[in-house]
Amino acid sequence: MDFDFSNEDRMIQEQVRRYLQDQCQLNRHRSVLDGNETQALDVWQGLAAMGVQGTAISEDYGGVGAGYLPLCLAAQEIGAVLAPIPFSSSIYLAAEAISLFGSTAQKERFLTKLASGEIIATLALVEDHLEPSPNQLQTKFKNGVLSGSKMIVPHGMIANIAIVVASGDSGPQLVIADLTEVQRTPVQSVDPTLAAASLHFNGNSVEALGVAGNGWGQLQQLLHRAAVLFAFEQLGGAEQALNMAVAYAKERFAFGRPIGSFQALKHMMADMYVALKLAESNAYYAAWALENNAPDLNLAAATARVSATQAFQLCARDNIQIHGGMGFTWEFDCHLYYRRSNYLTLALGGLTVWENKLIEALPQAVA
Amino acid sequence: MDFSDTQAEAAFRKEVRAWIDDHAPRHLAESLAGSGFGSTQTGEFDPLEEAKKWQKIKADNGWACLQWPREYGGRGATPIESVIWNQEEGVYSKLSGTFIIGQGMCAPTMMAYASEEHKRRYLPKLASGEDVWCQLFSEPQGGSDLAGLRTKAEKEGDQWRINGQKIWTSGAQYSDYGILITRSDPDVAKHRGLTMFFLDMRSPGIDIRPIKQANGDSGFNEVYFDNVLIPDHQRLGPVGDGWKVALTTLMNERLAIGGGIATGFPEIKELVDNLTIASGPAIDDPGVRSKLADWYAKSAGLKNTGARAISALSKGEVPGPENSIGKLVAGTMMQDIAKYALDLQGLAGLVTDPEIALSQARIQAMLMRSPAVRIEGGTDQILRNIISERVLGLPEDMRADKGLPFNKIPSGNSQGS
Repeated sequence: MDFDFSNEDRMIQEQVRRYLQDQCQLNRHRSVLDGNETQALDVWQGLAAMGVQGTAISEDYGGVGAGYLPLCLAAQEIGAVLAPIPFSSSIYLAAEAISLFGSTAQKERFLTKLASGEIIATLALVEDHLEPSPNQLQTKFKNGVLSGSKMIVPHGMIANIAIVVASGDSGPQLVIADLTEVQRTPVQSVDPTLAAASLHFNGNSVEALGVAGNGWGQLQQLLHRAAVLFAFEQLGGAEQALNMAVAYAKERFAFGRPIGSFQALKHMMADMYVALKLAESNAYYAAWALENNAPDLNLAAATARVSATQAFQLCARDNIQIHGGMGFTWEFDCHLYYRRSNYLTLALGGLTVWENKLIEALPQAVA
Repeated sequence: MDFSDTQAEAAFRKEVRAWIDDHAPRHLAESLAGSGFGSTQTGEFDPLEEAKKWQKIKADNGWACLQWPREYGGRGATPIESVIWNQEEGVYSKLSGTFIIGQGMCAPTMMAYASEEHKRRYLPKLASGEDVWCQLFSEPQGGSDLAGLRTKAEKEGDQWRINGQKIWTSGAQYSDYGILITRSDPDVAKHRGLTMFFLDMRSPGIDIRPIKQANGDSGFNEVYFDNVLIPDHQRLGPVGDGWKVALTTLMNERLAIGGGIATGFPEIKELVDNLTIASGPAIDDPGVRSKLADWYAKSAGLKNTGARAISALSKGEVPGPENSIGKLVAGTMMQDIAKYALDLQGLAGLVTDPEIALSQARIQAMLMRSPAVRIEGGTDQILRNIISERVLGLPEDMRADKGLPFNKIPSGNSQGS
């Protein structure tokens, strides 16, 4: 038994951290937020050159084959700096879907290019304000072509391909859509750094991914696995938001003393730390479960997801509170974390959805 | 990272399991399993006697206090082996409650500060359960502000004369020895004038009175000292260094208490799996599911945090103040769970008659005991101070007593000196 990451995993994390500190400070996030660039594509390419996108992708398809543990730690670093790159959509979701369900030909065609950073990919699922369900998919896949709309697709403005959840002849079906000819319209969102789009398919040719009719089960498997990686991004963000709060509370004076000496604020930060620590420990266990395909992976993933969502939500929210009025200015970075925490919460379905998934998985593990 | 056993660990687990299978007091298994929080049920058998018996068998076979050195009654085992033992001991570990304070807190303090002769004389009997130890720290005027304690120690030749009062001493009524923190010099700042001892609890001048608690039980005591004499060789650490010694004890307290801490999750899970409410089975209700998921995530988080602490310990790291989160999370959680479990049952939730109440009224017992969890061994608020100051590095609160000699510190009018 050893409940910590290995030194090798930590070295990869350290390399990613150093690169991002160098190339991807929050001013890059702001540059995207202010509309000066759609994404920090040089950072995307830089990480690809280091092999980060390919961390968990098999060596047969241009990846590093180092597994999920170092990928989790890379995700934590990406989350800490709110990197404005299409990493989560391309790697945790699209590459994972193709690794899990793709044919050899599909893996050769797409995974190699994802690993090298040559293409950007995403998952197109949500169609309206209802929680997606297998019986209400309006996007139709028939005779190799796709029609219908997806309302909000993160990184949809810049993605080359999308994994689309559609309704096929024999039930839900995952398909791979080349987006070159697909009509896209930008979507404004709480987190404007996502290059989010509405996608409108109008008889575009697409190819099936995985087994016909099994799309919903495959989607659930994909979401659980991605939940672990998203949890690490959330951890990174939560920790950074807490660090900001602590640093500010030490240097800001009121009533003749640092505000960090007031128990009302100290105790808020202690609670942020507690939430973070619980989330971190659950995420560690889930990382192990993901890497080892453990029988309780679904429970571990949902647990990590619930804890990480709670932690980032709390830390991002109370970081603003501890900054007081300054925390509500555009100039201070608090709102960047607040915005991103809400994207990461909703990215795979909200907290309620994951609480339900946790309960669904519970009887299997706890007798 | 590996959450499964190595080959050596698996072999050790097998050995542990086989030994427990052969020696465990099976006649107590059912009663122990039904024990509510804060009480050890042994049916028709005497709980203290049974606890001592099980502890002695373990000690005689090298299964007591696994991580202690062999010369002090332990096994010299690794932290991971100790975890494996705890996992396998299961329901019988409930018999160890009597010894937690002695073995978990007094012993580490003795190991750090007692003479070699004393360690060899006292520790093996503490490991085997033949001697029970208690911890005499809190006072009516020194709870959260522990360093504000007033029990007086005056040097007379080669012994010390003790006068004063301790409170909230668990198990004092059946303890053989105790560690005691005293004020040896009231003329210096409060943290500087303290001195630590260990003493025989049957010394003349000790008067032990049980406290009737808010939940009706009496697990805690007041202990009065009237001219009790302690030989100087039973002093732990230098004169005036008692605060530093106490921190050793308290650090271990958080590890001992934070380890396999009770949260109430198994109780609420069992209840909602079997309860029907107005909307149907409780487990299908969205509100119930949301709360249950939150509590599961927290209890899993504590368990996994504990696992990480063990790993850190195995690598030679010292347990730090981050372990304070265990009791902070578990105390409130247990209280919230108890309240919610009662709420689901309406007025029927009020019933404490075990024949009528669901889950043998264990949840009602949790309701009435949980307020103490949030206070004992450091209140929620003190724990948040520790986390914010010692983990996050935030500045101390401003203190009215900073730098003052102890006897010049304002004490209000409640029970002034």
